[in-house]
Formats: sequence, C-alpha cells, structure tokens
Amino acid sequence: MSSSTPDPTVPDGPDAPEGAELAGIDDDTIVDTLEVEPTHEIHHTTHLAKDDAAPGVAKVDPILVADHITRSFGGNKAVDVDHVEIPRHAITALIGPNGAGKTTLFNLLSGFDKPDTGEWSFNGRSLAGIPAFKSARLGQVRTFQLTKVLARLTVLESMKLGANGQRGESIWAAVVPPLWTSQEREIEERAITLLKKFKLYEKRDDYSASLSGGQRKLLEMARALMTQPEFVLLDEPMAGVNPALVQTLLDHVIDLKSEGMTVLFVEHDMHMVRHIADWVVVMAEGRIVAEGPPHEVMRNAAVIDAYLGSHLDEDIGVITGRYDEEGNRLS
Amino acid sequence: MNWGSILDNTASFMLSPETIGFMLAALGLAVHFGYAGLLNFGMAGFMAIGAYGYAISILSFGFPWWAGILVSIVGAVIFAIILGIPTLKLRGDYLAIVTIAAAEIVRLLFQSRVFDEWTNSADGLGGYHTSFREANPLPEGTFGFGPWEFTSDQWWSRLFGLFLVALGLLLVWLLMRSPWGRVLKGIREDEDAVRSLGKNVYLYKMQALIIGGVLGALGGVVIALPSAVIPQYYLPSLTFFVWTALLLGGAATLFGPIIGAVLYWGVMAFLAGVLPAMATEGWLPISSTAAGNLRFVLVGVALMLLVAFRPQGLLGNKKEMTFVK
Repeated sequence: MSSSTPDPTVPDGPDAPEGAELAGIDDDTIVDTLEVEPTHEIHHTTHLAKDDAAPGVAKVDPILVADHITRSFGGNKAVDVDHVEIPRHAITALIGPNGAGKTTLFNLLSGFDKPDTGEWSFNGRSLAGIPAFKSARLGQVRTFQLTKVLARLTVLESMKLGANGQRGESIWAAVVPPLWTSQEREIEERAITLLKKFKLYEKRDDYSASLSGGQRKLLEMARALMTQPEFVLLDEPMAGVNPALVQTLLDHVIDLKSEGMTVLFVEHDMHMVRHIADWVVVMAEGRIVAEGPPHEVMRNAAVIDAYLGSHLDEDIGVITGRYDEEGNRLS
Repeated sequence: MNWGSILDNTASFMLSPETIGFMLAALGLAVHFGYAGLLNFGMAGFMAIGAYGYAISILSFGFPWWAGILVSIVGAVIFAIILGIPTLKLRGDYLAIVTIAAAEIVRLLFQSRVFDEWTNSADGLGGYHTSFREANPLPEGTFGFGPWEFTSDQWWSRLFGLFLVALGLLLVWLLMRSPWGRVLKGIREDEDAVRSLGKNVYLYKMQALIIGGVLGALGGVVIALPSAVIPQYYLPSLTFFVWTALLLGGAATLFGPIIGAVLYWGVMAFLAGVLPAMATEGWLPISSTAAGNLRFVLVGVALMLLVAFRPQGLLGNKKEMTFVK
C-alpha cells in the first residue's frame, strides 16, 4: 500500500490516491490494529499433557487418539501422522502453512476421506472405517473450510435440519405429523435460542444464500451446534472474515469451551490462535512438527523456521527433517 | 381451418389418460429432481416397468387389475434399488448417465424376442382391459359436457388416474413438509453439509429414488389402462417430455408437475391440430405430416427458452431460483 504512495504528506482530498489516509501510519501500527482479540474472558487450560511438550505427547485426558495415519494423493504423502492426542475440554489449534495437510487430516478424522493406513478413536471408540454421518452422531461434528450453506433453505430450516434424533426424519413417521410435531417445536425453540446468540435471528426466514460470507460462517457454526456435539472440529472458521466478525467468532469458540465442548480448529494465522488456544499442534508437509501451549510453540525454533517463514530461502523439508541441508531425502 | 375441432381436441386431450399419467410421472421427477436434486433421466424406464408389470401380470398370470398395479409398484421399487446401489454414492451427473442407459436397457429387454412369451416383443401387449372395466362403478353410457364427453369406461380410467394423482399429491405434500423432506432438500443443496450433521444421505437418496420411481410407474400404468403397451413408446424422448412438463410447471413445487403436464399436452395437442391444418391450407411450405412433427421442434425450443428465462417454472418461487449455485 505504502509503495504506491511513498510520500506520507499527500493531502487528503478528492485527488488523493486510494489508501492515502493510511499512508502516515507505519507498518507496525497496521498489524496491531488488524490483530483481533476476543472480548470474552479466557481461562486457559494448562497441564494438558502428561510429559514435556513434543510431537505426539500423551495427554492427561484425550478425547481423540490417532495412530499411524497416512494418506497419499498420487505420490505425494499429504498426511503422515505417527501419533496425536487431542485433549478434552480444551481448545486445540491445528496450524501450519498451506499444503501442510491440515484439512486432509480433518477430512480423515471426520470420515469424509479414507486414510491409506491408520487407526483413530473418539472417546475410546474406534472410528476407522466409520462413515461420516455416524461419527457425527457420536458427537463429533465438523464445519468446512469453504462454508457449506444450504442455499435454498431458510436460515431457520437449516438450523432445524441440524438437530439429531428427529423422529420425523424417518420416512414412515414423516407422513404422520402427530408423531413429530411436539419434538419439532422443541427443536425450533433450541434453534431460535442459538440464532439469537449468533445474531442471525432477524435473518431466520431468509434463504441461507442471501447471507454474507461472515454470516454464513456463523450459521454453519450454529447449525453444527444443533447436533449437541461433544467435540467440534472447525476448519478455518476465521478464513475470509472481517476483523470485527473474527472477534465475534473467537468469542463463540471460547463459549464452546465454557459450555463443556472440546474444540479442534484449523487456522493459518498464528496470531489468531495464541489468544484462544490452550494447545497448539503444528503441521508441515503432512507431519506434526511441534505441539505445546501456544506461547511455548511460538518460541519453538522449528515452528518459527517452518511456519513463520523467517527462513524463506530454506526448503521446508529441511526443517521438518525429511531432507538434509543438501536436499537429499532422509525418510 | 376448423378451429372448433382443433380446440375441442386440445381440451379433450388435456384430460386424457396420457396427460394424467404425465402428472404422476412429473410428480415423481419433482421428488427426484426438485426436492432431492437427483438427475433422473430414466423416467421412461420406470413408466415402462409400470405398464409392463400391469399388463403382464394380467395377461400371463391372470392377476386381477389391482394386483397388477401392486406388481408394477414392486417392480419400480426393485428397479430403483438396482439403479441406486451403484450410482447414489457417486456425483449427480453419473446418476444421469446411468439412468438414461438403464431405461434403454429396460425398453430393449421388453422389446427383445427373448421374452416374447410374456412381452410379445416389438408388437407390444393389449387386450388386458376386462378386469379393470369390470370394476367400473360408473353407470353405462356416454356423459360429460363440451369437449369432455366420454364413455363410462373412458371416465373410469380418467377418474381412477386422477385418484392416483390426488393420492400422490397427498403423499408428496406430507413428506415434503416433514423433517424427512427437510433433510431431502438439504441434500439437494449440499449433501456433504447434511452428512456432517449426522444424516445418512445415501438412505434418503435411495428412499427418494424409490418414491419418485413408484410415482413414475403408476404414471405408466395410468397411460396403459385404456390403451396398449408398445415398447417404442418408452424411448428416451418420453423421459424428456416428462422433464419438459415438470420444468414448465416448476420443479420444486407440489402442483407444478400437474399444471405442467396439462399445459404440455394442451400445447402438443393444439400444435398437432394446427400445424398440419396450416400445411394443408398452404401456409406452411411442408407436407402436413412434416408439419405435425414440427411440434417436437417447437417444444424443444420452448424447453430451452424456459430453462434460460424462467428456470423456476410457472409456479416456482422466483426468489428461490434467484440464487444460482
């Protein structure tokens, strides 16, 4: 921005080039104003791990345990995770650069994709080979990186669709309304409470397609909560959302934890993560390269190198240990 | 040109068993495409199974007419399951390809000489009307008014067809206002989103395929009730005529398929009268037979214009279709 307006003294006026009003602010200030902090109070959960923070460290009370998960696309190993445990009643952030395999791992854990190898269990129950809809019924719900709204359903209808265990969803009961109308009323009340909380109540009768990008993210999160989940997987909930709404979304994520849910979310942006995450798992090249409490992870040399990109000229494979410094493959 | 007889024929055809059969088939397609988002291009196959199931059970096995209809329903359910198992896990366009092929396989099996004993191959089946006509509760004679004057038997097949339409409408209305229908519409919009909320998408799509298929088979039965079953009737073009009727009325509406079928056959019957007459009068530089076939060209053009400029159909919600995915 400042490169196009090198002179900070350009006067404000109709002739002023675009962005001139920001030209006087130095770069640090801009970064500070864009960094969003949640407004809700955060109680960071500590002592989640049994041992010192390291990739694959055992947790005191894991909700999800995964072993030897691999998934290749062609010759490219997109995910290669030896062991990872997600702590219960905490917010875990899964971070990593583009192409690190975060979303692929998400798809595998939620049953939307099948791994080449691997075992994982949710609440001690094995989920390998279980279809996506069943793992959602067990209390593990996910959202999508590219928000999936049900365009030609109204906001309220989309919400009601989310509720699980509906009697009227059986084809036989569907044609006998007395069997499901009372449950339908309960579901609608629950949906309206959530819509009010997510500031979508005024939009309840609009088609979901008419919502803005940020409202869609909110609706997707609210809809997922209609399933009354125990474990919420959010795939880049803050992607493409303006800073004001990011704050709201961060608050909602904190609320999920205070309401007793476990959260695992994917995020690019390290700064976004450090305020709300209790635990951070860092992926690069399909592997977990570091994990630990946010402030510790941010000091981790491997993460700074691999993730924050201070050594842009170095191949990321060197940092993850897949290649040596001369570029020879090690594993 | 005899306008009186052309309009009379048109009005009469709007209440023909073929029109009523189209109402049922288009309603079935509305369940498939309008509510569940399934691209079924094999409706002619379901209609053939309905018609042949009915005729064969009566002619070869001596079933009463109502048992023949039950056989048709069972046949449609089995066909839907066979079609659905391999395709419903795939993306929507594969279903379209498979259904169009499957419907042709069905037609060619009925037409082939291998099952001549039951299907009478290319000559088709007829003369199965006794049982249905014996059940006719209407008095003898000819009654009605204006262009809608029919014999007792003609009325019986029309009224029974309309009764099935009413039943079909009631079923679809009840289903689509229920949570089951909500899941189905969700699948139409984004099946992964619905799956992530813990719904067995595959099961819902299968159920929708079966219900729409049974409605299509019943449409085939109604068309066959007073006439004959000829394999050449169930060409892929039949499927596209039903699609035209559906899109004309509005795909995701309850009464759209009904209005669409009436209008479709109204226009077809009108053009079938007008175009040859115009050729005879010398207004069109073609033979009257060629002029009669010109209506299919016009209907094709109309379908294209409809999809381009009024995708929601006559009854569809404009707002609902404003948001093109």
